Formats: sequence, structure tokens, C-alpha cells
Amino acid sequence: MSIKNNTRSTLIYTIAAWTVSSMIFFPILWTLITSFKTESEAISATPTLFAFEWTLVNYLDVLSRSPYFTHFWNSVVISLGSSLVGLLIAVPAAWSMAFVQSKKTKNLLMWMLSTKMLPPVGVLIPIYLLFRDFGLLDTKLGLVIVMTLINLPIMVWMLYTYFREIPGEILEASRMDGATIGEEIFHVLLPIALPGIASTLLLNVILSWNEAFWTLILTAANASPLTAFIASYSSPEGLFYAKLSAASAMAIVPILILGWFSQKQLVRGLSFGAVK
Amino acid sequence: MGSITLKQVTKNFDDVNVIKPLDLEIKDGEFIVFVGPSGCGKSTLLRMIAGLEDTTSGNIEIDGQDATHTPPAKRGLAMVFQSYALYPHMSVRNNIAFPLKRAKVSPAEIESKIANAAKILNLTDYLDRKPGQLSGGQRQRVAIGRAIVRQPSAFLFDEPLSNLDASLRVNMRLEISELHKSLATTMIYVTHDQVEAMTMADRIAVFNGGIIEQVGTPLELYQHPVNKFVAGFIGSPKMNFIEVPNTETNETTSLGVRPEHFIISQDAGTWAGKVGVIEHLGSESFLHVTLTNGTTVTVKADGDCPLEYGDSVFLTAQKNKVHTFDTNGNTIKVNN
Repeated sequence: MSIKNNTRSTLIYTIAAWTVSSMIFFPILWTLITSFKTESEAISATPTLFAFEWTLVNYLDVLSRSPYFTHFWNSVVISLGSSLVGLLIAVPAAWSMAFVQSKKTKNLLMWMLSTKMLPPVGVLIPIYLLFRDFGLLDTKLGLVIVMTLINLPIMVWMLYTYFREIPGEILEASRMDGATIGEEIFHVLLPIALPGIASTLLLNVILSWNEAFWTLILTAANASPLTAFIASYSSPEGLFYAKLSAASAMAIVPILILGWFSQKQLVRGLSFGAVK
Repeated sequence: MGSITLKQVTKNFDDVNVIKPLDLEIKDGEFIVFVGPSGCGKSTLLRMIAGLEDTTSGNIEIDGQDATHTPPAKRGLAMVFQSYALYPHMSVRNNIAFPLKRAKVSPAEIESKIANAAKILNLTDYLDRKPGQLSGGQRQRVAIGRAIVRQPSAFLFDEPLSNLDASLRVNMRLEISELHKSLATTMIYVTHDQVEAMTMADRIAVFNGGIIEQVGTPLELYQHPVNKFVAGFIGSPKMNFIEVPNTETNETTSLGVRPEHFIISQDAGTWAGKVGVIEHLGSESFLHVTLTNGTTVTVKADGDCPLEYGDSVFLTAQKNKVHTFDTNGNTIKVNN
């Protein structure tokens, strides 16, 4: 009886999981399929899933019309740069919050998290003016700074959660063994927390790669990443669904591949500390 | 050299005073055990000596030098933690080498010191393994090895055997005692296990509620406890306390009798009672006897004790083996 119940519940959960996953994945699949259609087929009143004439013309058009690799390189620099700079700040911050706690540490962490609840548009004007005055508009450096600041609370929180799992006695032992704070962090803490640091880095690369609000506002031509490249296909000339889809596919495929290969690491990183 | 002197040392965590003003002199080469129940402040004091906790007031002197505010690494002490605190990503060799590398010791000297420590601690075959590939006892040996190579002026052990199973604990207890004899270095050892304290210590300091109740050799503490707390804490099974009215002062006096100091008779004696559960250990038996006043006492008897559950017995304390405590729990008379 219980075996029968188990089988039934497994079946229900499996169907539910596939349904939800399909719903989440469908827009990506649809984008990929549309990218291989002609423009007329893409806006056809009776959409087809696979039965259409497959073509690569949209990809060739997109590559010839826009400097894809420049945008791609900008995305790489901005997402990797902001994640690495963020790590440089977040590691010592999380170390002190995890191992040298004060009464205010929890409040500080909550305050940092609360900044993520602020709608970005709320600080749009001051940031834009600051960027203009400091000559950071349309520069990769400017975007690295913004992305670092935006994602820093998440990085600190993730690393803090990781570091809290590391027994403080190990760090105390290193202190007894004569390690300075720097040696304690580099020789003991970082190697032990490497999986956590890797998943933090990975998640922030993905978040920065996908960030569109600030990249569209603060860049024009020189520093615009792939998100701006996609947006350029919804232009005053009209919406070119097939080309837009091809551009989207070219923008998301690199990060999709990275996410696919690192999903185990990411899931572990995000669920770390949830269960002791 | 490894003498440590604590002068009026205190520790507060926010408004909570966990170590009350405390003085203690630890002699060079001595094996002193801090023993007491959980939360009594023994580990906190050890961490203060190590420099891992700040001292709120008072002074800590190491070899006559004030070390109250000296960083942990500069105190010349080595510490072995309850959780071993090994570096999980390093091999045994690198774990042991870590403090030497920090001290900028030459590679050749590091190698010779590692080889020497590994030989002493039977770790030679495991030098290239990671801590995760070792048993609990081996991990604790690595932690001790990491401490030995520094040639510290004193070793600090914070409940190092708590994570080991009972038989391994006995072995490691002996190994640490032998290590102390061979190195002749000061050792401060924290435990809540009074058996460890009795078997290993030159002197024991019994802690309770942030104060030291008594310091002395194991036998001094066993035979001449200064109060009921020490009397009850030292000895296994613990001392029995029987409340008796004091006709002179109209107060209740507590009589303390150790389980091995009762004489059992089925005819006559000071206290009448009924035998409850009997624990047969082979070489000896422990009888749990409920006296007529409702107190249950533990009595040590021979291994082949013929008594059975429900038997009526009379108990009498051996002459000069009764400890008497006043209403505040202080010893007022020790008849031995």
C-alpha cells in the first residue's frame, strides 16, 4: 500500500517538476526556435514549433549589422571585473562579520540586504549625475563600479553564510600558529571556503551579465554589453522578432552554458547553510 | 621555562562576569588540570591564557613577563583544540609544518622537526594524508604534533579527548601523560571529566561559577575537599551526602561518605536501608541503597557481593572517613 502511495506521489512530483521546468524553459526555447525562422514566419498568426524552414540568416544579419564581439567582450569585462572587485571587498567584510562579530553585525547585514529592496530607479538621478560629473558614462570602469555596488550585499551575505560554517577554532589555531590576519585569510580561510567563493563568483557573473537596467542607462556605444546589444533590436525602425531572438540567443547562450556546467556548484552554493 | 601566573584575572562578556578575580600560579613543567561543570569558566580562562580572549582586568604573566595583551602567536604557547582544528585542505605534513613556516624556519629544519614529531606520535605513515582520511585519534595526534614542533613553553589542551570514543580516550590519556613526562613541558589541560583530571594531573584546579573552588593534588582534593562541591565533583561514583539534624545548632549538617567507605551489614549499623539496583562490574559491585530517610546512596561492594534487590541492609561509615559540611557546604570537619 505504502509502496503504491510512494510511486503515485513520485509520479505526481515528477509531472509537477517537469511542468514547472517546461514553463520556465519555454520562453528560452521559443526564443531559440524563433531565431531560426524568417521574420514573416516569426510573426505568423499560426505559430509553428518545429515545422518551418530553418535558416541562419538572422544570425548572419545580426553579426554583420552589429559588433557582437565588442559587446560580448564588454559583458565579460563588466561581469568578471565587478565580481572580482566585489570579492576583494566582500571577503574581508564577510570574514569580520563571521569571525569578529559585534553587537551591530546582524543589523549591518540586514541593512546591507535592505539596499537590495530599494527600486534601482530610486537612485537613478544621483547615480547618473555622479557618473556624468566623474566622466564615467559609457565606460566599462563605471559599469564595473555600479555592478560591484549592486551585487556586494549578495556577495557579502553568501560569503558570510559560508564562513559561518567554518569552525572558528581552525582560524584560532592558525592565530596560535603565528599566522597574521592576511595569512589566516589566504592560507586557511580561502582554501577551505573555495567552493563557496566559486559559487559566489559564478552567481555574480550571471547577475552582472544579465543586468539590463543600469547597462541601458549608463552606456551608449563604447561600453555597452550584450544586454544593450539585444535592446538595440527593438528600435524605432520596428520590432524584428527573428533578429531580436537571434541577438538574444547569442547573448544568453554563453551564460546558459556556464550555468549548465556549474549548476551543481551553484545549487550547493545557494543552499549552503540552509541545512546543518 | 613555562611558568604561568594569573593575578586577579577577570573576564566579562558584556555585563556577565564569567571569571571572578582569580589568582593562580602554574609552575614550570607542571601538568595542571582545570576541571568543572559546563559553563564554569575553565575554557574561557584557558583561552585567556592563550590570548584568544581579552582579559577584562588583572594580569597574565608567562615566565615572569606580562603577557596580558600579547597576541596569541607571541606568547610561546601551543594549543590543542577539542575539535582538533586541523587545516582540512592541507596534508598532515603541511599541518605540522604550518607554524614552522609562519616562524620562517628553514625547509631542512622543518623536515627534520616533522620527522621527529611524526616518530614520537606514530604518524610517519600518514604524513601525506589529509585530515579527512584519518581516524579521530590520529587527528588528535596531528593536532598534538602541530603543537610539539613549535617547542612551546606550555601546552594548552581544551577538552582534547571529548570527541573520542571511550577506549581511544583511555589510550590518548596515557599518550598525553607519557608525552608530558618525556617533554617535561608545562601543560594546562581543560576537561569536565574528573577521571581524566584525577589520572593525568600533578595538580587539579576545580572550577565552579567562575571561581576556583580548590587547587591541589588529586589525592588532596579526594581526601580533603574544602567544600561539598569539590567533594561531590571529585571521585567516581560521587560522594554520598546524608543530611542529619545538628542538635547543638538546630541546623542540618551534611555528612559525606564515599561509596568505598561504607561497611555493609545485615544485622546492625548506623543507617538502615533497602538494596535497589545492583551494578555488577566484575571486580566490584555498586549497590544503590535507599535509606529509611529516603536518601539513596551508592555503596561499593565486592564483585561477588551476595546481596540482591530488596534485601534489607545496615550501613556504617568507616572510622575517620566521614566528611562533615555546614549549611553553606563548607567542610567543618574531616575525620581522617
